[in-house]
Amino acid sequence: MSAAAAPAPVPQPPPAFEDRERVRRELEQTWDQPPGLVPWLTSVDHKSIAKRYIVTAFVFFVLAGLEAATMRAQLARPENNVLGPDAYNQFFTMHGVTMMFLFAVPIMEAMGLYFVPLMIGARNVAFPRLNAYGYWVYLCGGIFLYLMFFLNTGPDVGWFGYVPLSGPEFSPGKRADVYAQAITFTEIAALVGSVELIVTIFKNRAPGMTLNRMPLFVWAMLVQAFMVLFAMPWVATATQFLAMDRLIATHFFNPAEGGDALLWQHLFWFFGHPEVYIIFVPALGFVSSIVATFTRRPVFGYPVMVLSMIATGFLGFGLWVHHMFTTGLPQLGQSFFTGASMMIAIPSGIQIFCWIATIWAGRPRFTVPFLFVLGFVVLFIIGGFTGVMIASVPFDQQVHDSYFIVAHFHYVLIGGAVFPLFGAFYYWFPKVTGRMLSERLGRWNFWLFFIGMNLTFFPMHQLGFEGMPRRVYTYLPETGWGDLNLLATLGAVTIATSMLLFVINVVKSLRAGLPAGDDPWGGETLEWATTSPPRHYNFEYPPVVESRSPMWESGPEMPVVTGLRTDVRDTLVTTLLDAEPDSKHRHPNPSIWPLLAAVATTVLFVTLIFTPWGAVIGTPLLLLTLLGWGWPRGREKWEQQLVESEA
Amino acid sequence: MTASGMLSLIQQSHSVLNPSSPQARLIDRLWDAMYLVSVIVFLLVVAALLWGTFRRRGPEAPETDPGRERSLTTAVSIATALTVLILFGFLIYDVAVGRQLTRGFGKEALQIRVIGHQWWWEVQYRDSIPKNWATTANEIHIPAGRPVALELLSNDVIHSFWPPTISQKRDLIPGKDNSLWLQADTPGVYRGQCAEYCGNQHAKMGFLVIADRPDSFASWLARQRDTALTPTTALTRRGQEVFLASTCVMCHAISGTPAGSRIGPDLTHLASRQTIAAGTLPNTRGNLAGWIVNPQSIKPGTRMPPNQLDPNDLQALLAYLESLK
Amino acid sequence: MSSRFRNTAFAGQRGRSGYGCHPERSEGTIAMAFNRPFGSFASLRMTIASLRMTIFATTVLTLVGCQREERNFQGMPPSATSTMPATRQTGLQPGPPVRSGPMNGPYEQNAYGVSQGKTLYNQFNCSGCHFQGGGGIGPPLMDDQWVYGSSPENIFETIVEGRPNGMPSFGGKISPDQIWQITAYVRSMSGLLRKDVATGRNDDMQVRSQEQAADKAKPVQSVIPPSAERQ
Repeated sequence: MSAAAAPAPVPQPPPAFEDRERVRRELEQTWDQPPGLVPWLTSVDHKSIAKRYIVTAFVFFVLAGLEAATMRAQLARPENNVLGPDAYNQFFTMHGVTMMFLFAVPIMEAMGLYFVPLMIGARNVAFPRLNAYGYWVYLCGGIFLYLMFFLNTGPDVGWFGYVPLSGPEFSPGKRADVYAQAITFTEIAALVGSVELIVTIFKNRAPGMTLNRMPLFVWAMLVQAFMVLFAMPWVATATQFLAMDRLIATHFFNPAEGGDALLWQHLFWFFGHPEVYIIFVPALGFVSSIVATFTRRPVFGYPVMVLSMIATGFLGFGLWVHHMFTTGLPQLGQSFFTGASMMIAIPSGIQIFCWIATIWAGRPRFTVPFLFVLGFVVLFIIGGFTGVMIASVPFDQQVHDSYFIVAHFHYVLIGGAVFPLFGAFYYWFPKVTGRMLSERLGRWNFWLFFIGMNLTFFPMHQLGFEGMPRRVYTYLPETGWGDLNLLATLGAVTIATSMLLFVINVVKSLRAGLPAGDDPWGGETLEWATTSPPRHYNFEYPPVVESRSPMWESGPEMPVVTGLRTDVRDTLVTTLLDAEPDSKHRHPNPSIWPLLAAVATTVLFVTLIFTPWGAVIGTPLLLLTLLGWGWPRGREKWEQQLVESEA
Repeated sequence: MTASGMLSLIQQSHSVLNPSSPQARLIDRLWDAMYLVSVIVFLLVVAALLWGTFRRRGPEAPETDPGRERSLTTAVSIATALTVLILFGFLIYDVAVGRQLTRGFGKEALQIRVIGHQWWWEVQYRDSIPKNWATTANEIHIPAGRPVALELLSNDVIHSFWPPTISQKRDLIPGKDNSLWLQADTPGVYRGQCAEYCGNQHAKMGFLVIADRPDSFASWLARQRDTALTPTTALTRRGQEVFLASTCVMCHAISGTPAGSRIGPDLTHLASRQTIAAGTLPNTRGNLAGWIVNPQSIKPGTRMPPNQLDPNDLQALLAYLESLK
Repeated sequence: MSSRFRNTAFAGQRGRSGYGCHPERSEGTIAMAFNRPFGSFASLRMTIASLRMTIFATTVLTLVGCQREERNFQGMPPSATSTMPATRQTGLQPGPPVRSGPMNGPYEQNAYGVSQGKTLYNQFNCSGCHFQGGGGIGPPLMDDQWVYGSSPENIFETIVEGRPNGMPSFGGKISPDQIWQITAYVRSMSGLLRKDVATGRNDDMQVRSQEQAADKAKPVQSVIPPSAERQ
């Protein structure tokens, strides 16, 4: 910042049309991402990166779904021989790891990375190259995990990897090490995403968008990002302890030498419980957006909705022992967690009541996104109730680790997170691609999914009551579990069909769907103020926000901000609470260094699986790439800019 | 025990909702209450949702109507307050049931030690006199109507002991001594399975809890404390020779013979058990033969290796094992 | 807040454009992408070279994973083994020495087999004489001195046949498959197996460093003690 006196202000008339054309042209050129491999590899555009995240996560979703289908084929009949015990163990572990780490968290964060900057009127996330790095690390981690899976080195200890089973004595080979390090990749990507979201939301909002006027979806992503920040380091700690136990003979989890097998469970579940809320809270944001748009009124009870999401975020950290009710911990202590686990139902309940109130007071439109929201409410209530039931210690001690639990969490995860996610797909597909998805195929998708999901998972409640434990590769015919398992498998086939319909819908609509225009639904938030798909620079001029529903209140006469440069990637930074303009930030141009840093990170973690010398090999490589990344740009350019500004 | 016998046994005895003990009954009642409340609330909320969605509306665009906003606020507040009350009620009920289940058992409880292995259950009846200790595997006999205190230990990884009809589950964690008390109301056979993922054969790590009348239990325990019956016929004597001369003796113990290894299940009274291979197969001659010759085809990954035996030796061995009542 | 920024118009439609009218053209994307700290070409070559090496090493290690991670539950097919006679008490044997099954150590590269071997080593009480490799009643197994040979076949024969001065013959008592597993474990104790195949620490009291970290002790033929020489 120069210490010289600033030039005296000269008032000027609003930009003329020819000026706006020139601005648009220059912005296109400055923010351009031409087609081609190198621009794709070096892209720092948040939309480009978020789209990759979403597509990659969907591929992992399909892979995990195929794993589930194979498991269901194995379990359809007793003493089946589709999968032996070793293969089945790898399959259910991969299904869990893929769904939780490679699909659910990344896709939720990606929806945030795409839509939060648009909804807050920003040009990009706060740290564009870091964003790219996060994606590459995620992709490398996912590819690595599946490569190892195909090489018979896929983890087979469950996604929760309890010691001592995953420890050095009972898990020979490198499978559990792959498990430990693969999680690290996804967790780095999640942390990167959360840092992006927090800083972008706090510092890059359009002027006038006070915290009180932020869309509920943005609040949801903010809460989720903070949860990621506080939860992910614990799974990193746990898995690195495990990796160290296996590689360099530490004794973190060895009771004979002062460690504790339960330590793993505490560390893992202290992450693991917030993890499911990390997946669930963005879905709350999706539902709020969809309900507002398709009832044509803002969501009822904005302050209460915000406080409920924040309360969910906080309370989510106080529940973890409910995964350990059968381990013989003291009863009084466990009762605290019963209380907390029940308490978290209150903010979720409040949100459901507020949505119902919104629907009541508004004028609903029966589009596919709205159908998915209705499905969400029904399924999530079922899952929520079974959750309240298993919050009770005595009842949980009966059904823990049985198929009742499998039923519960699939209801809350599929009903509570995946249904809103699909609603969000149908809602925002026009914005991302400029084309509408087919409503007819969408309805088929919804109903097959809804019916299939219930057919698959409702019988599992009964199976749990009949004593069927989890993670079993087969069961005896005498148990009588065969019929319900067959029913569940038929439900799984239905779900697979509905997913196929979704893919067909997407492919058809990309080619020949109805053109969408800027605002096909009449939404209330800022992403509908720009083109579909948005240009690389999002908005020609950052808008000024005057209310909670800028599109409805301000409409086409929305005030804008001028003064950002068009020849470099200039973005606006505003204050935290009231979003007053604060400074400008120059964003970096596309760069290959995030990709190289991600490759160096991959080398570091993969070599660490085989030898502790991996740290010595990988760390300098990583530091080298970070050096390249952070190398300052030429000084003379800055000075030239300063000189020009004084003129 | 035939296969069909096992079928009816398991179907009756494997359900949380078919309680046969005070603990299981308490939990069953708790479930009933929670289920009833949940169904009612679910129906109410879904009804509100559908009514709100499908109700007839006027043609005008909705203006913000302060009256309607106020009444909606009231409705949401009432619903929230009801939610809090219901959850609080659940909490109190839960804690009360929890306390009843964990209250200490008196001195009259029978103490049994259960040690989890990959993938079978070692059961020890201890006594103040070491001579009176009895060790068996995969089958726990208890006197009906009397509280039983189980001491749960693990030899390797985490397992979980779960006979749903008579008890909630408790984990067996290496390095931690857990305990569980249970009580069966009536004589009967109750099956359970390991409920914590413990490796390749977690799926086939079952066990039986057999509640006997007190006199039957006493005679059963007395027989278990005895050493193995001495073989009387030539065939069974040959069978004992085969046992002691081949791989069996390295892992299995038969008290009263030189075989004293504690690696695998104790076979002293093998013939008195209803199932073999941790509740996987009924204890018949054919199943036993198949298990001995190739356990890997029944439980792939189990610790017992295939055993190549001369057919005559095998027959003798089977005769001997069947004599171990 | 900098005074420079305050004077540019940020709020309201009445803006005036902030900075000058000299738009900077961005340079070619590739040069821009590499941001030229060391000279883009040199850094690219270096990166590619180190990448290639690491990819090669990692590929090798991961590809051998197929063999390392295999879980062979059935073991050798029953037909491959000959029936074992019962206990033998002495090294003197009539007829040719007993041979059985493959002679190339099937578990040398299989982590599951080595891990099973370690469990069996302790369960069958090899540790009773050889302790955790340091020896005591029996000779140490973690050093480089091998009386009867260090190759897998030699060790297999030693366990099957027994040896003078107290090593029992386990020929009919432990299945050949399990003996191969114990053989592989014994070899790992002196670091003769690859590090990713050898076992880690026990979930037990630590009485020896993990076999993964054992330094490779190049086997040396040791002198057969006179008391063991056949007459």
